[in-house]
Amino acid sequence: MLIRKPADLRYSDVTPKELYLNRRRFLAAGSAALGALALPPTSNAASLSFSKSSYTVDEKLTPKDDVTHYNNYYEFGTGKEEPARYANTLITSPWTVEFGGMVNKPQKLDITSIIKIAPLEERIYRHRCVEAWSMVIPWIGLPLSAVLKQVDPKPGAKYVAFQTLHDPKQMPRGKYAGIDLPYVEGLRLDEAMHPLAILAVGLYGESLPNQNGAPIRLVTPWKYGFKGIKSIVKITLTDKEPPCTWNITNAREYGFYSNVNPQVDHPRWTQASERRIGELFKRKTLPFNGYADQVAGLYSGMDLRKFY
Amino acid sequence: MPIRSPVSTLAWICANFIETVWKKILFSRWTKATLFAVCLIPAALLVWRGFQGDLTANPVEYIEHNTGDWTIRFLLITLSVTPLRKIFTQPLLTRYRRMLGLFSFFYVCVHMLMYLTFDQMFDPAAIWADVVKRPYITVGTAGLLMLIPLAVTSTAAMVRRLGPKRWQLLHRLIYFATLAGIIHFYWLVKSDIREPLMYGVILALLMLFRVRMWLSNKPTSAETRPLTATRT
Repeated sequence: MLIRKPADLRYSDVTPKELYLNRRRFLAAGSAALGALALPPTSNAASLSFSKSSYTVDEKLTPKDDVTHYNNYYEFGTGKEEPARYANTLITSPWTVEFGGMVNKPQKLDITSIIKIAPLEERIYRHRCVEAWSMVIPWIGLPLSAVLKQVDPKPGAKYVAFQTLHDPKQMPRGKYAGIDLPYVEGLRLDEAMHPLAILAVGLYGESLPNQNGAPIRLVTPWKYGFKGIKSIVKITLTDKEPPCTWNITNAREYGFYSNVNPQVDHPRWTQASERRIGELFKRKTLPFNGYADQVAGLYSGMDLRKFY
Repeated sequence: MPIRSPVSTLAWICANFIETVWKKILFSRWTKATLFAVCLIPAALLVWRGFQGDLTANPVEYIEHNTGDWTIRFLLITLSVTPLRKIFTQPLLTRYRRMLGLFSFFYVCVHMLMYLTFDQMFDPAAIWADVVKRPYITVGTAGLLMLIPLAVTSTAAMVRRLGPKRWQLLHRLIYFATLAGIIHFYWLVKSDIREPLMYGVILALLMLFRVRMWLSNKPTSAETRPLTATRT
């Protein structure tokens, strides 16, 4: 007996292309007509209002295309190009960050209220990956210190712990990452309060692309890039050194501090030089990624070979 | 005497025809030329992507990783020739083994040249320091060095000069070179070990086949020695 299958119909066969292309507007119009709330604006490539800051470097910016297509974000694949390809499944709106632990004002803050805590500013920072490549990135963000002051750390708090969203539905590739998820990171409180440390919400004048850690991520330019935890959902003040993902994965290779240090090699490769993205030959790596004048004082008296 | 049915005769003719054509294909110079072109595809893709500006934000690393991958892949393909020809009793497949092996050497040369030029800028002191200090560089260099005598002795004249026995013994180095390549890769990745692990499993299977082959060949080796000795 022959059972005939009906010819396959695709959505494109029944949906006019103009309607499909304008589906957001279509949906918004529909929901507005129903008296429902209008859809939140899509977080992709929304331009931000910000002011320039004096935190800048006299070096050529890495092209935006490279900054947004050469990423390590293992929840979306371990290849450098994969996050740009697969991070579109990340839902960044609505987004709340939970502040807790040793704070006087524990609270859940919506991303829209976090960016109102302090004026957004552009910070042009060097970015040095532990894999010995580097970029120069115009971040948009606000000082982490301003946000922490808002939640009022208790006197006993010594460290700040951060946590990335982990939702296997949005991050199906996370199971191949070879690292425990959710991704966690930490800073000493004085590092977190340092004016160079920012929570970034954008780059190149626009809100963060998902692959760069949307909607909000940490940027600590004197540390290796992996310290800059992405898509933060939780910030906890504590009196103990918090666990950090790469340190858990391989403590010998990735320390808690992970300050950029050309004198302390990664056990498997040298950290004395780096390849600036866009350049063919390597250049010398600077202590604290060139921010020694500002941050070296945080570590005075510490043996940086021991506390790598 | 059994009488063949027309059907089985037809089947026999077909099988015979396919066999003849297959042999023709395997013997053909065109097959070799085609395979040569196919082996060049990864390199051609790199050149093409280079012209398109599509080698990622870090072209040097991309080419290094890509040619490294293809070195290991060609080594494993080369090592598959013997199992394939035994399983399918296709001795003619050996005709293609040298080319496949030489392509792995070609890709490792590009790999090494990228490293020497762009990572080390031909600084002998820096290269030496890297080789002695970094286990993954040490083992990778060892693998590369092992492939050099194999490439040098790949010509028919060299096979004759060495004699098949010694030649075969020398060329067993490929097992260790491949293992070195895979360890080199495994030691380089940060946490996602799927790819080097997959290569390791393939190498293990290919070696398992050989061990079984050697074990089962042993009792008869005495009588077949003159024959095996001439097989290269």
